[in-house]
Amino acid sequence: MKQSLDYYKELRNEEWRVALRKNIKAKERIAKERVEMPEVPPMVRSKSQTTEVNKGLTKEMAVEEAKRCMDCANPTCIDGCPVGINIPKFIKHIENEEPLKAIATLKESSALPAACGRVCPQEKQCEANCFYTLKLNKPAVAIGHLERYAADYENNSDEKVVQEVAPSNGIKVGVVGSGPSGLAFAGDMVKFGYDVTVFEALHEIGGVLKYGIPEFRLPNSLVDVEIESLKRMGVKFETNFIVGQTQTIEQLREQGFKSFYVASGAGLPRFMNIPGENVNGVLSANEYLTRVNLMFAGSAEADTPVIKGKNVAVIGGGNTAMDAVRTAIRMGAENAMIIYRRSLEQLPARAEEVHHAKQEGVFFNTLKNPIEFLHESGKLNAVKVQHMELGEPDASGRRRPIPIEGKTEIIPIDVAIMAIGVSPNPIIPNSVKGLDISKWGTIEVSEETRQSSVEDIYAGGDIVRGGATVILAMGDGRDAAASMHKKLQAEMNN
Amino acid sequence: MNKIVKKEKLAERIYRLEVEAPLIAASRKAGNFIIARTGKLGERIPLTVVDSDLDKGTITLVVQEMGVSSKKICALNEGEYITDLVGPLGRPTDIKKVGTILACAGGLGAAPMLPIIKAFKEAGNRVITILAARSKDLLILKEELAANSDEFIIMTDDGTEGKKGLITVGMEEVIAREKIDECIAVGPGVMMKFCALTTKKHNIPTMVSLNAIMVDGTGMCGACRVTVGDETKFTCVDGPEFDAHKIDFDEFLLRLGGYKDQENVLLENFEKSCKLK
Ligand SMILES: Cc1cc2nc3c(=O)[nH]c(=O)nc-3n(C[C@H](O)[C@H](O)[C@H](O)COP(=O)(O)OP(=O)(O)OC[C@H]3O[C@@H](n4cnc5c(N)ncnc54)[C@H](O)[C@@H]3O)c2cc1C
Ligand code: FES
Repeated sequence: MKQSLDYYKELRNEEWRVALRKNIKAKERIAKERVEMPEVPPMVRSKSQTTEVNKGLTKEMAVEEAKRCMDCANPTCIDGCPVGINIPKFIKHIENEEPLKAIATLKESSALPAACGRVCPQEKQCEANCFYTLKLNKPAVAIGHLERYAADYENNSDEKVVQEVAPSNGIKVGVVGSGPSGLAFAGDMVKFGYDVTVFEALHEIGGVLKYGIPEFRLPNSLVDVEIESLKRMGVKFETNFIVGQTQTIEQLREQGFKSFYVASGAGLPRFMNIPGENVNGVLSANEYLTRVNLMFAGSAEADTPVIKGKNVAVIGGGNTAMDAVRTAIRMGAENAMIIYRRSLEQLPARAEEVHHAKQEGVFFNTLKNPIEFLHESGKLNAVKVQHMELGEPDASGRRRPIPIEGKTEIIPIDVAIMAIGVSPNPIIPNSVKGLDISKWGTIEVSEETRQSSVEDIYAGGDIVRGGATVILAMGDGRDAAASMHKKLQAEMNN
Repeated sequence: MNKIVKKEKLAERIYRLEVEAPLIAASRKAGNFIIARTGKLGERIPLTVVDSDLDKGTITLVVQEMGVSSKKICALNEGEYITDLVGPLGRPTDIKKVGTILACAGGLGAAPMLPIIKAFKEAGNRVITILAARSKDLLILKEELAANSDEFIIMTDDGTEGKKGLITVGMEEVIAREKIDECIAVGPGVMMKFCALTTKKHNIPTMVSLNAIMVDGTGMCGACRVTVGDETKFTCVDGPEFDAHKIDFDEFLLRLGGYKDQENVLLENFEKSCKLK
């Protein structure tokens, strides 16, 4: 959680940081170039679904990059972080060659730094608010790369940050969904001493981190490290358990669960409702990515099939679209394109993913909107697109795409992957009485406490926000844990 | 991990499995299905819950060997485990008292039909069941279906048992002689399509249970989508039962074959590897 400026000042004035600042002149710091993240070459990595694209910074690179950070008196970068990580402090620990202290700092605010260092849209968050970006018009300090460096250091070393777990208080709490939000909540609650059970509908733990985000961007082993550590602290996991169907919240209450955190995500794919959308060859990004990431379709021993297209079009411009199109390349597509109705500048995906996709040969067909899928005997063979142009800015300030009258085009493709957004999973909203639901199907919670209209049910992550980000989902989990703990403690003391 | 406590061969390539799943046994209703996965690299496949035993905490599944995944499940013996099993999934059948029900089960469709007619009968309906298959040895669950029907008719394409002819012939006969209030059809896609066309002629409300291709079974992927009326529905969460007269069966049949090429390759590889062993 974000603290007061005085709090950050006090820490900034600790002796070691003052000394570090004095070590190198501000001018010299500014003169340094941003360290480049080493990557596996596009030609090599685009043949493997599992090779991680970014290799990570070496110690020397990380220390060098950390030196660029000015340790500003007013650390504006923290304003950009949804969970208020003390960014200068962790970076200065890296400069000071104490990566374990850096990871400890990160873990004060983030439950999943190894994941967030890889998948956060830093260029829109912390790095957008870095002194270099705001005042110097230079590339920001590579905050995300440094976060990843610290997290990987801990993962690869025998030394670990010690996580203190309070003695058990025997109070049972349930978590619905094992995505980043549920995992973050579970971690904090088990440390407070609760008896935590996480219920997961799928056979795997990790939510989108496992079934959505591909291995080449976020290795599953990193997620597993977190899960193992939660298990060691005493968190129980029930996979293949759909709350609301296998058993209801009501039944779990009868078994002694005192309170619940619902983090069931926004798992439902949206479609465009245009002609031809149900022909074979058109599928959702969720289906495509689940087949490949969760079911290992495409690998020789797996039983789950996947359609490998030669000419693949992915509809959409977010992270999911980038993941799908880059997966298609790795599955052997000869041509892989993004079809997006706005312009290149407006792509909502992380800048790094767009950059990597371009390197790997993805064609960005922008200002086009599909209006029909064409087929031959039920098999997709082309998409008809409407050409668009940018009109007046809409409510969000983005220029709205409008059709250019009469300008359409037919593009031959054999696979189309829809990545135009997701809706909240309706199972919990439908199965709990008295739960206030917004018109978008998200669960309504108090901003402050994350409590829903049902007293013992808290909620956060994508089921509350719609499709959002890993860091926000995780932050919600931690906020909910703090506020549920406060309430249960107060009840205990009464 | 769910233990197989009993395994029984019902017909060539068709097995009945009784599997430990106490929570599902307690919460499942007629019309529900589960998703099962065998092996760490196994596929998730939907299977109807045919019956359950609350005392033993088991559910009954009927599986026909078709592709790799169903073969792997059928290869498991008593005492062995299904790697993952999740459910109950889908909306339960809308059971009410309507009068006379015509239940049309084709081939393996006999299995999902059993809990449905049981529930309709318990709700006080008169149930006429037609069980149809290509040939005598593909007729399954005869006794169970008969025991839960007021009238039980068997039809085979080749006439080796019961009346000779397609299921629609039997349907027409029943419809001609008495008033049917609702029809239910479960079986191969083509059969359901023709059942729907038959009852449409006679204006009989008809429900079918679709065996769409699925991955997660929780509404997350859209693999199971089907056009009902003017809308796209997800079979796993909006179904599996739909108004037969609103379904775009031609699209449904094409989608059922959506992964045929890939599945044939997988099956070939699987069979090769079995021979090697
Ligand atoms: C392909 C893809 C790429 C993405 N890339 C990025 C990125 O680069 N950066 C970023 O910040 N964000 C990214 N996101 C978004 C991010 O992953 C989500 O915002 C985040 O995972 C939400 O976390 P969550 O815990 O709320 O839900 P989820 O991760 O969706 O987890 C919810 C879990 O709950 C389970 N569940 C649902 N209902 C039930 C039930 N009734 N009972 C039991 N279990 C249930 C689901 O099976 C699932 O495992 C991406 C998303 C996708 C799909
Ligand atoms: S099986 Fe995935 S949505 Fe129905």
